[in-house]
Amino acid sequence: MTSANVSPGTTRAGGAAGGRRGRPGGPGAAGGAPTARARRPRRRLRLPPRLLPYLLLAPAVVAELVVHVVPIAVGVWMSFRDLTLFYIRDWAKAPGKGLGNYRIAVDFDAAIGKDLLGSFLVTVGVTVLAVGLSWLLGTAAAILMQERFRGRGLLRAAFLVPYALPVYAAVMTWGFLFQRDTGMVDHVLVDQLHLTGGDRPFWLIGGNSFWALLTVIVWRSWPFAFLVLMAGLQNVPRDLYEASALDGAGVWRQIRHITLPALRPVNQVLVLVLFLWTFNDFNTPFVLFGKAAPDGGDLVSLHIYQTSFITWNFGAGSAMSVLLLLFLLLVTAVYLIATSRRRTARA
Amino acid sequence: MPETAAPAAGRRRAPTDPPASFRWTRRIVLTFLAVFTLVPVYAMISSSLKPLKDVQGAFHWLPSEPTLRPYVDMWSTVPLARYFANSVIVAVGATAASVVIAIGAAYAVSRYRFAGRRVFTVTVLSTQMFPGILFLLPLFLIFVNVGNATGIALYGSRGALILTYLTFSLPFSIWMLAGYFESIPRELDEAARVDGCGPVGALLRVIVPASLPGIVAVTVYAFMTAWGEVLFASVMTNDQTRTLSIGLQGYSTQHEVYWNQVMAASLVVSVPVVAGFLLLQRFLVTGLTAGAVK
Repeated sequence: MTSANVSPGTTRAGGAAGGRRGRPGGPGAAGGAPTARARRPRRRLRLPPRLLPYLLLAPAVVAELVVHVVPIAVGVWMSFRDLTLFYIRDWAKAPGKGLGNYRIAVDFDAAIGKDLLGSFLVTVGVTVLAVGLSWLLGTAAAILMQERFRGRGLLRAAFLVPYALPVYAAVMTWGFLFQRDTGMVDHVLVDQLHLTGGDRPFWLIGGNSFWALLTVIVWRSWPFAFLVLMAGLQNVPRDLYEASALDGAGVWRQIRHITLPALRPVNQVLVLVLFLWTFNDFNTPFVLFGKAAPDGGDLVSLHIYQTSFITWNFGAGSAMSVLLLLFLLLVTAVYLIATSRRRTARA
Repeated sequence: MPETAAPAAGRRRAPTDPPASFRWTRRIVLTFLAVFTLVPVYAMISSSLKPLKDVQGAFHWLPSEPTLRPYVDMWSTVPLARYFANSVIVAVGATAASVVIAIGAAYAVSRYRFAGRRVFTVTVLSTQMFPGILFLLPLFLIFVNVGNATGIALYGSRGALILTYLTFSLPFSIWMLAGYFESIPRELDEAARVDGCGPVGALLRVIVPASLPGIVAVTVYAFMTAWGEVLFASVMTNDQTRTLSIGLQGYSTQHEVYWNQVMAASLVVSVPVVAGFLLLQRFLVTGLTAGAVK
């Protein structure tokens, strides 16, 4: 907690009193003379020339321009070019193609468009399930571990391990566990629990790959939800619980009426971030399946990557990437509008 | 919403335990999660101690005869030491650059009102949502063609990888540090200014020391991001500059998969980041809380 009146001796007398802003959501205006500081004009640091903030920002701006903004612009340009293998080393010569690349990408009767659509649908399925499950597990763990109990610190550390592991190390381990003949998953399901009636299912090829991929993604992403929600819970004022306990509310009622509503702003961001990460996930399927992903695990980023680097048709790959971006922008915009409207409607 | 009544001093909540239904739910759910989380980690550790014949046959929970051989052999099956050195160079370089740049940018965003401030924050944060594959193809082409035109070898160089990785952690770092800096009272800056510091002096002598936990948190985050990146490493590196994320897959392109060595190597490359993360996760939680205050 930062207290607003630190080191009163060194500041100019009467010059600066009170932080620029109180702590939002804090328990009311905590003491202090509130009227005087509310209208104080925003203090500007006089000494530096106006250029200083721009100077401080310049490195960040340059880096973002070089790695993000310019490549996006170039990517859009590429999507209108016939940028095939012959032009990779001399891209300026690539002839224009109009909307040709987009037409190929969305022609669902031909092989390329059909595969893209299939990959898109698999991605939607994995994303919806993974975001839902990660959120559910993260919320459950964060709420159940809100109160102190013996071993809580240790358990919290254990839960965060999957998130802290480098992606490739974690996913390669799962790749080992999902091996048909030497893996742990089939050993438990077939040899120890006898659930499959003697069949040894494949996990990394065929339809089961969808479930294998989902498992790995949830394993890796629920700890992130847990971490963020734990941080969110620290902002819930304790006296709300105390007051409701005095009113006779049990722990389940408190969860429903205090904890979950208080987490709503955190959830709004969390669900969006989980959605974007899962939808754009390349690392997990790439490490789990190698260069040739089965249909069930062919997430759209990996699909575009393979299409681009196997055929060396960067024009078509860029068109697909742009379509992906447009889709994500649309979903994000709709999501933000819908969730903010619901929030303002409630207020 | 219940009224936030300030309870009188004597009527504080009695230290009653939560009801049995809650305790049982807690036990069951947390046990399930612990098993789900830790079984793969256990399998990773136990398999790294197995002789090769164990991982070639049916799975067993315990090694038939525990051995440290995989930890010795893994260095010669693939050039692991070189990958390791590359990863360290790239991750340390990207982390240092990212944190320094983020501190400057966050200071500008939190302490100054200037034209373009909002455009900057929105643009930077929104790059976070863009799919990596969207930058990958153009960036690859840019590096190849700039290299062709100027003779500067960007494609395949560690420098290009550092530049790329530092932008991945930058948006989150700026956002979080700006939130952190906001929570530091401005009187502290002003006191430093009275004592004769310039704005940069105030940043270095007052703000940075006061927000050390936040800085530690973004350092951990930036390092983890760079250490674990796969997509760009798979395209932007060559034999000499290959990092661990791609190098480790070398164990399985041989005609045999040395799973015990894969597990041993995975463990060795994971221990530093996991240990660092677990030690410093408290700062990350405080940092997230401070950032969320914004």
